[in-house]
Amino acid sequence: MDLFEYQARDLFEAHNIPVLGGAVASTAAEAQAAAATMGGKVVVKAQVKIGGRGKAGGVKLAEDAADARIKAEAILGMDIKGHTVHKVMIAQAAPIAEEYYMAILLDRANRNFLVMASVAGGMEIEEVAHTQPEKLARVGIDPNVGITQAQALEIVKAGQFPAAVVDQVADVLLKLWAAFVAEDATLMEINPLVKTEDGRIVALDGKVTLDDNAAFRHATHADLEDHDSANPLEALAKEKHLNYVKLEGEVGIIGNGAGLVMSTLDVVAYAGEKYGVKPANFLDIGGGASAEVMANGLSIILGDPDVRSVFVNVFGGITACDAVANGIVQALEILGSAATKPIVVRLDGNNVLEGRRILNEAAHPLVQQLETMDGAAAKAAELAAK
Amino acid sequence: MAIFIDQNTKVIVQGMTGSEGTKHTGRMIKSGTNIVGGVTPGKGGQVVEIEGKQLPVFNSVAEAVAATGANASVVFVPPKFAKAAVIDAIDAELPLCVVITEGIPVHDSAAFYAYAASKGKTRLIGPNCPGLISPGKANLGIIPADITGPGKIGLVSKSGTLTYQMMFELRDFGFSTAIGIGGDPIIGTTHIDALRAFQDDPETEAIVMIGEIGGDAEERAAAFIKEYVTKPVVGYVAGFTAPEGKTMGHAGAIVSGSSGTAQAKKEALEAAGVAVGKTPSETAALMRKLLA
Repeated sequence: MDLFEYQARDLFEAHNIPVLGGAVASTAAEAQAAAATMGGKVVVKAQVKIGGRGKAGGVKLAEDAADARIKAEAILGMDIKGHTVHKVMIAQAAPIAEEYYMAILLDRANRNFLVMASVAGGMEIEEVAHTQPEKLARVGIDPNVGITQAQALEIVKAGQFPAAVVDQVADVLLKLWAAFVAEDATLMEINPLVKTEDGRIVALDGKVTLDDNAAFRHATHADLEDHDSANPLEALAKEKHLNYVKLEGEVGIIGNGAGLVMSTLDVVAYAGEKYGVKPANFLDIGGGASAEVMANGLSIILGDPDVRSVFVNVFGGITACDAVANGIVQALEILGSAATKPIVVRLDGNNVLEGRRILNEAAHPLVQQLETMDGAAAKAAELAAK
Repeated sequence: MAIFIDQNTKVIVQGMTGSEGTKHTGRMIKSGTNIVGGVTPGKGGQVVEIEGKQLPVFNSVAEAVAATGANASVVFVPPKFAKAAVIDAIDAELPLCVVITEGIPVHDSAAFYAYAASKGKTRLIGPNCPGLISPGKANLGIIPADITGPGKIGLVSKSGTLTYQMMFELRDFGFSTAIGIGGDPIIGTTHIDALRAFQDDPETEAIVMIGEIGGDAEERAAAFIKEYVTKPVVGYVAGFTAPEGKTMGHAGAIVSGSSGTAQAKKEALEAAGVAVGKTPSETAALMRKLLA
């Protein structure tokens, strides 16, 4: 889960990483009140989980509380690269002397964690890595050892921070590591980390990604979920514990196993070129899916107004094809006349003959079976075109 | 031969007394795997009957190894306790530990991977993987044993069901070993490890490598193939049409910016001389042509 900037700020604060005052607002009135409490100049910042908001006009300096209201009015509701702004952060304005960079992230290639620190901050770190690589320290961290005080100092020195701030920055790095571990994060980035004119080191903007797999040991992480921007179908799927992603096409997809579903999206997209249609979603019903899971999945897909046909693609490993077939039959019984879209089914693997028999016997007018993945994809694409 | 497992593999199941563990222990026994016992801390001393076999339960992997001579384990322990289970296997210096469990926090996987690497005795496969099968010899994990039999193709894939699909497409040829290495961001055995083992395995004549979007494991595998692999390799990458920024089921499967795209992976593999199919059936056809 990616966090909003204001959530990252709050999380940093909770772990004693120095931040400036900040408050979140959903309305212009709330923004004004927050700015009044803070006093003085504030920055009104759009809360969207995508880069480039500054260039898009999503970050504005306000002279006072009344001005913060005007700026918030302009920013709330804006569309930034397809993301609607539902919230703004009101941040204390501070005179900045220097901008630095610091991050800890999961390093898939080296299968450990990576610290990056640089005196050159405020821009994309890829750019620093490209144009001034000597100013970027990159150090792998053994998860079972962590970062020691001495190592933190070394990293900061290697990132070419000025001597006057080395101790302060190393201290921030140790706190960031502690937060990274304590919160089960896969990314914590501070960009920029700034030195204010009065010599303080402060995290001015942050990006945090938390590991969803670790949610079971973080009761508070569920509160960080963004309900405003969630697609209603995705929210419904989440409630039913289904792995669903809404896409922008017409052919509903249900399959078992992430790899096979991804592959199904591809095969449908290729078959759909001829008819001008694309996959409408990703839905993985997982291994060992029961009839109930299949029924839940089918209900969600059939409830998507964009969907014109459905492709159920199952290779039964643990999942038994008879359970999948029963799930389809049950879902159609529950939905009754609400189900109006054609469903193309391809079953193979565990108990396939019984699965095919169940569907043949039910002989539902909306359901047709094809033997191969390619053939079924072509049929589903063709039906979506009509 | 086959890779990593064969008829001499003696297997213990960690988490055997749980419902998933019991179910899959039965399936593994039925497909001819030599299961010699299970480990569930606190339940040591019990004997469980599965598929007509009396299986002793131990409190730790070390105890199980001492009593049975086991040289591999399969882990079905729930995410919360998976790290402790894998550390237990590493402490017992078990040569092979296959972690089927899905949903392990990546900080836990990072910790047990680093621990295994520092000890240097245990090969980890997974987590979040279907395991591996050397048809007719041994089956460690959840891959259905009845898709196909022994043969000369080696298969390595991140995904379970895509492994099954590809085994099914090429069922008339059969496989030396098919291995699902898992879709998590941190995994123990990589494409490269499996490719190296297939290259060195005299029973494997050709290799299918299945990748998916996210990370750069396929690009690194391509570089390795160019340098080390002389056997023919065909490839497939899932997720050509996946949009940027959406995680596709596997925690690792996400296109971020220009990195991790299927197209980039395909190009890297082709530059290494690997024939890459656009779909599973096309990939199977490429392999057929090679073996014809």
